[in-house]
Amino acid sequence: MNWRRIPASAWLGLVLTFAFIFVAVFAPWVAPYGLNETVTDVWAPPSAEYWLGGDNLGRDLLSRMIYGARTTMLIAALASALAFLSGSVLGFLAAVAGGWLDQGLSRLVDLIMAIPSLILALVVLSVVPADVGTLILVMGLVESTRVFRLARAVAVDIGVMDFVEASRLRGEGTRWIIFREILPNALSPLVAEFGLRFIFAVLFLSSLSFLGLGVQPPAADWGGMVRENKDGIVFGIGAALYPAGAIAVLAISVNLVADWILNRTTDLKGGRSG
Amino acid sequence: MGLLLRLVLQRIAMGLLLLLAVSVMIFAATQILPGDVAQAILGQSATPEALANKRAELGLDQPAVTRYFAWLGGMLQGDLGTALSNGQDIATSLGKRLGNTLFLAAVAAVIAVPLAILLGLVAVRYRGRWPDKLISAVTLASISLPEFFIGYVLIFFVGVQLQWLPSVSTVYDTMGFWERLEAVALPAITLTLVVLAHMMRMTRAAILNVMQSAYIETAELKGLRAFTIIRKHAFPNAIAPIVNVVMINLAYLVVGVVVVEVIFVYPGMGQYLVDHVSKRDVPVVQACGLIFAAVYIGLNMIADVVAIISNPRLRHPK
Amino acid sequence: MAETLLDIRDLKIGATVIPPGEDPQDITIVHGVSFTLEKGRVLGLIGESGAGKSTIGLSPLGYGRGGVRITGGEVILNGRDILKAGPGGLRRIRGREVAYVAQSAAAAFNPAQKLMEQVIETTLRHKLASRAEAEARAKRLFARLGLPKPETFGDRYPHQVSGGQLQRAMTAMALCPEPDLIIFDEPTTALDVTTQIDVLAAIKEAIRDTGVAALYITHDLAVVAQVSDEIMVLRQGRMVEHGTTDQIINAPREEYTRALVSVRSIEHEEKAPSGAPVLDVTGITASYAGSVKVLKDVSVSIEPGHTLAVVGESGSGKSTLARVITGLLPPEAGAITFDGRTLSPALPQRSRDDLRELQMIYQMADTAMNPRQTVRTIIGRPLEFYFGLRGKAKEARIRELLEQIEMGDGFIDRYPAELSGGQKQRVCIARALAAKPKLIICDEVTSALDPLVADGILKLLLELQAKEKVAYLFITHDIATVRAIADEIAVMYRGELVRYGPKSKVLAPPFDAYTELLLSSVPEMHLGWLEEAISRRRMASSGN
Repeated sequence: MNWRRIPASAWLGLVLTFAFIFVAVFAPWVAPYGLNETVTDVWAPPSAEYWLGGDNLGRDLLSRMIYGARTTMLIAALASALAFLSGSVLGFLAAVAGGWLDQGLSRLVDLIMAIPSLILALVVLSVVPADVGTLILVMGLVESTRVFRLARAVAVDIGVMDFVEASRLRGEGTRWIIFREILPNALSPLVAEFGLRFIFAVLFLSSLSFLGLGVQPPAADWGGMVRENKDGIVFGIGAALYPAGAIAVLAISVNLVADWILNRTTDLKGGRSG
Repeated sequence: MGLLLRLVLQRIAMGLLLLLAVSVMIFAATQILPGDVAQAILGQSATPEALANKRAELGLDQPAVTRYFAWLGGMLQGDLGTALSNGQDIATSLGKRLGNTLFLAAVAAVIAVPLAILLGLVAVRYRGRWPDKLISAVTLASISLPEFFIGYVLIFFVGVQLQWLPSVSTVYDTMGFWERLEAVALPAITLTLVVLAHMMRMTRAAILNVMQSAYIETAELKGLRAFTIIRKHAFPNAIAPIVNVVMINLAYLVVGVVVVEVIFVYPGMGQYLVDHVSKRDVPVVQACGLIFAAVYIGLNMIADVVAIISNPRLRHPK
Repeated sequence: MAETLLDIRDLKIGATVIPPGEDPQDITIVHGVSFTLEKGRVLGLIGESGAGKSTIGLSPLGYGRGGVRITGGEVILNGRDILKAGPGGLRRIRGREVAYVAQSAAAAFNPAQKLMEQVIETTLRHKLASRAEAEARAKRLFARLGLPKPETFGDRYPHQVSGGQLQRAMTAMALCPEPDLIIFDEPTTALDVTTQIDVLAAIKEAIRDTGVAALYITHDLAVVAQVSDEIMVLRQGRMVEHGTTDQIINAPREEYTRALVSVRSIEHEEKAPSGAPVLDVTGITASYAGSVKVLKDVSVSIEPGHTLAVVGESGSGKSTLARVITGLLPPEAGAITFDGRTLSPALPQRSRDDLRELQMIYQMADTAMNPRQTVRTIIGRPLEFYFGLRGKAKEARIRELLEQIEMGDGFIDRYPAELSGGQKQRVCIARALAAKPKLIICDEVTSALDPLVADGILKLLLELQAKEKVAYLFITHDIATVRAIADEIAVMYRGELVRYGPKSKVLAPPFDAYTELLLSSVPEMHLGWLEEAISRRRMASSGN
């Protein structure tokens, strides 16, 4: 790969994304104050000591956002990983196997996708407790339908190409066909899709937390922090805007990277990339 | 004409079947943890007899299939059941809220649809040049923004600092149309911004797809004016994809309403749903979920029907 | 001296291409080409892909596709330089003075509008005639071009008529405003050969009757020889030779032109019968998903080291036959015997040796190779898979195979995208050979290639057959290819075998009706062939 050929926008995205990951991983060392430490006044204005000021209970907003990065990104990452694993494995399998397996899975996915994902999540969350495990499971399963469709479509597109037929005629097994013929050609769109799914999971989780149905206090996550501090807005206190902005910046960064990966992908006839 | 009608009816039947399947799923999803509705009403301290009585009263002692059909039958007759949390008739509470939600969504759609199509056309017209690049950069950014970010930024700057528009969308029955419009201005703008980028991006792709067809080149090589090319050759072929884009985005919009209503404390169906999810009021959640899903499925169905009707191959079979 | 219509002087055309993930680059497509065209004359522009013939052909319309633009020179039409005409001036020229007939009429018509509206549109928009007059003109043109029911033909939508009819309708659309010049851009390339001849004749008559001038763009010299007065040979954006059709065909001056004229003249002596067949297919009937039968009771056999050419047009079932033999499509009835043993109808039940000895080469070498594998992996995998070759032994065999396909070891680490069209097909041949097969199915292996490159591939296949004693089942729609390579021929039409036997018998009279039609439709590289073929056909139909 030629590093100089990476466009500026992708660089920006990569740097910011890694910065977010760094902050999330090393939260306890990076954060100046504790997660639930009351250190200043309620909605204290930003100062040299408290860069983003205080929150609705007088806790350091910056520190909570740093811990929040951890919660938000970890849950989103696990949910998208779950979505990705189940969606792509089943999608590939459906494409390669065809027949009733493909029909059954595809119709089930159609059905799940006929309900808007937020509504489906709300229905499920009305009966099950909103702990972290449930959130990951619900978000992961809802999201896996999209990954399934993409993986299946990509695999079907590649699967009808002559080089796959040629390897079938040679007598290659399903494993070779999936891992050596299809997967290398499907990787770029899938990696880009992982980025998009991750953003979606971040936004989804934040929406749920904002609605009070996601991560429960006293744990901090960005959506929940918007909820905690939203009442300040009408008094002209912008504390809720910081976590909301953090979500936006993270999402834009990952989007920039995913966009670049998608553009970098050459079509199958055009040959290899990078 | 027979073929066309058959395809349209088939698609509508498919939509109804899907809706039925969705109703099963919504009902099933609320049965994951069985039988605790009675407990939820009476609380942890309820005696076993009281629980049993309550279950019988609510019909919870019946098998799930029987309860599903009873629920579905009620739904079809407009009887949405009673809320567990306050014992009120759901249909009554929902009626006005549904109206509010549709009003908000309609206002947003009236702004967003023409704007998105216009911007999509501009992006196509100046493809690869700065207006297109600017539009696609803004699109990328706004796809990444959570609804509450847009909403609170608007409240903070337009509502609080500039005081141009009300930041809380209070509506009441006696309100006139213009007052009501002012009340929903900020949430409608928020919703517009949420769907605009998506809709524009998809419109751009749909128009580009048509504009790159060989028959547009043919028209150009006939020496036609750009306007004639668009009116006679591009537009008739672009209707179906654009309607499709619009419908899909209206479906997004209806869902986006949920969060936006909470932000602006707007008394619509979304807020009603969210409130009752946290109260674990299953009948309300089921009813709202089904209505949202029905709107969503209905819009997608309209998109497909328009696509069928506008396809010349189906309209004029061999 | 006739009046000059078009005068192109030192035309230079460039384009901006954007390789994926890289910065845009400017490339030159046409490096200074000049010619003049007199009123009423037809000039053929001929060349292989990348010669710039379509790009030059579009220049009198002041039009460039996808980032293509004229960077220098003059295009003088009716005495004025159209490059200085501006958008409004170009609009007045397009359609009215210069009209265009595209390769794929099916895509070039607006699917949502009736044909009549589209045919008379230019005439109406440029206010050249009233609607009634324009419609009358269009109907006369429909009749002249031999379209069915000219009075009502225009009431149909594009998808309601056949490909050959659409191509004629597009010619009518170009002729309707009575332009001075028509650009024909490969108008018959997408058609079956038996349809092509009629469309070609219709176009030629229309040109003659209306006295319009034309630029006729094609890659097929035999086709252009039938319709044009002069021919210009192009290669890589430069003119190679320009002369009268007679001179170019009968006395080409340049080496490259001579090669083009003599292309497809490979002769191959039919081999004598060589014993028990390697493949014997009997009574095959097959269909896709139980619907219409695409193969009806087909029986053929191939002797070791021989070539059976299966010829037919689209829809004849020739490719389906290949799918049945490879086991991809189990037949509904019939048996396949390979090298004395019965083959299972379905692929998964076949033994590894069955698979090894029956290899396949595809039409599109582009999609037949995994773009993420190097030549080493592509050729090496069958060696590893069938013979367990590893390390040095495998490497040596790969090099040996590369030698056989006349490519050096320098290609061993390349990806398919880094090979030319002909090289790609050679690598596919090497991959098939690597399995040491007894039979190779070649599915239209030369039809996506330029004629000279295709010739090279055919020669290579013949050499390899002599050396390796491999048999070929050669599927093609091209009679010239059949003549070049076949020992036996099977002619297929709508799923049935209509004629089958040794080449010398199949290609000699008396013919059945379809083979007669097929053979008489193949353009031949001499002047006047089209008239002869058409008059023969008319005599035949009126005589009986």
